[in-house]
Amino acid sequence: MNICEMTALEISNAVKNKEITVKDAVDAFFAAIDEYDGKYHCYNTLCKKEAYERAEEVQKGIDCGKYNGKLAGVPIGIKDNICTKDILTTCSSKILENFIPTYNATVVNRLNDEGMVIIGKLNMDEFAMGSTTETSATGVTHNPWDTDKVPGGSSGGAAAAVAARLSPVALGSDTGGSIRQPCSFCGVSGLKPTYGAVSRYGLVAYASSLDQIGPMGKTVDDCAALFSVIQGKDEKDGTSMVYPKFDFDKAVKGDVGGKKIGIPEDYLGEGISPDVKDAVLAAADKFREEGAVVETFKMPIVKYAIPAYYIIACAEACSNLSRYDGIKYGYSSPDADTLMETYVKTRSEGFGMEVKRRIMLGNFVLSSGYYDAYYNKALKAKKLIQNAFYDAFKKYDMLLGPVAPTTALKIGESLSDPLKMYLGDIYTVMINIAGMPSMSVPCGFDKDNMPIGMQIIGKPFEEAEIMSAAKAFENATDFHKKLPDLG
Amino acid sequence: MTIDRSLVEYLEKLGRIHLTEEERSASEKDLQSILTYIDTLNELDTDGVEPASHSFPVANVMRDDTVTNGADTENILKNAPQSRDGCFVVHKTVE
Repeated sequence: MNICEMTALEISNAVKNKEITVKDAVDAFFAAIDEYDGKYHCYNTLCKKEAYERAEEVQKGIDCGKYNGKLAGVPIGIKDNICTKDILTTCSSKILENFIPTYNATVVNRLNDEGMVIIGKLNMDEFAMGSTTETSATGVTHNPWDTDKVPGGSSGGAAAAVAARLSPVALGSDTGGSIRQPCSFCGVSGLKPTYGAVSRYGLVAYASSLDQIGPMGKTVDDCAALFSVIQGKDEKDGTSMVYPKFDFDKAVKGDVGGKKIGIPEDYLGEGISPDVKDAVLAAADKFREEGAVVETFKMPIVKYAIPAYYIIACAEACSNLSRYDGIKYGYSSPDADTLMETYVKTRSEGFGMEVKRRIMLGNFVLSSGYYDAYYNKALKAKKLIQNAFYDAFKKYDMLLGPVAPTTALKIGESLSDPLKMYLGDIYTVMINIAGMPSMSVPCGFDKDNMPIGMQIIGKPFEEAEIMSAAKAFENATDFHKKLPDLG
Repeated sequence: MTIDRSLVEYLEKLGRIHLTEEERSASEKDLQSILTYIDTLNELDTDGVEPASHSFPVANVMRDDTVTNGADTENILKNAPQSRDGCFVVHKTVE
């Protein structure tokens, strides 16, 4: 039995049926990481000591019936912007290179309550700012399908780890596509939950009105199980919402019969690669075969999504990142002689160029004289984007579209041209602006055998509905079963 | 919107960052291309549209006014680059 090839649900069942121990599972993943992570660099930090101690505790808990959840006994890697008590949390930034949180994010407590075992912290774009994992201060993660290509981002380490079977499931975060796009590039599945479905307490903030933590895995079932563990109201996050308990059974039913699915025409227009377009249209046909009604409709606001997103995200980012001052935690420049020098040198030496660029853009759109023309304008665009989704959902149960215009790019291709990188976010950012849930699943391969992903966008708090549709697609196809040969 | 060198320097000041000459020239160019693209938003008619803040209609989220955490000084200072007598250490702020 090769534990690393199993789904998270299979691992938990094998542990509960006493076919394997929790330690066996942890051993298997650390052995795989030791063998392959030198090649891919999915992990920033491994917590072997903590994981083995925890594995022992969890084993006892399972044996005595304390842990009996769907994912009890399952190892998990989590994105390095989610706070873990006593374990480095760097956000892949030099400015947090030595930051050891003194508390757990709420989602981490929930993983622990489920009886899961955290094995390490996963690489990402610095502060989740990027779409390739190339802005990481710890170095790029390599796509397991082709190591010359990026894994996507910002949760690139997480998607690559799941694809390379170096973690059965993972937690990522999605501010403008950071779960869905790397899932698409690495051929795995992931959910960007409804804004407010999952607590952000302990998630290092990038753009607070857009950030959501979500599950990533090899199957829809694994994502549904992990989502059921982390979702729900948290007193520590005022924006988390009271959520009627997530219906896991409905999510994994795999039923899309009689549903009305809309494809925004503007998601298939200029800039999309023919392979991606063909794969999404073929998926639409598959949904028709499964009994859904699929039609296209116009959503012209799509072309304004990126400008609105970068204004809102950068405005919030420059405010959120003002906390890094070299005084309270993290890196502090050793060469400063005055308080102002401490701030300026710490931030100049600690932040990478993409983060500096977004701080400058954010300060620009919020600065006196430009606030109305940029920030306020973007908030009005946000309203129109929300309205466009609510209008679409009057006609359709869910929307379907590509995750990204292309498959994974070559390493180095977009780093030299930030605008080019931003334009790749065109199909994902709108969903964050509107706050809707969206599930990314593999739906094909391009001519170079690189994975293609599609997303199914749902009404607020209708995760179970879009997951059930994704599962129906999974049942009818085998794209999700194809994983890269690690060689 | 035209980005020039003095605007980049002003944005550095607002963000408490300092760029090298090379980074400054690159930023001038990059910010210009990004803002030119962002300016397409001007084509969108937003007359009479209320700016949105939250994704969903929630407001004034309240909780009971009870203290649940202590001072927790030790934990708060645990990651401080420098601390003394239960306080963060900073350079002299007044002459």
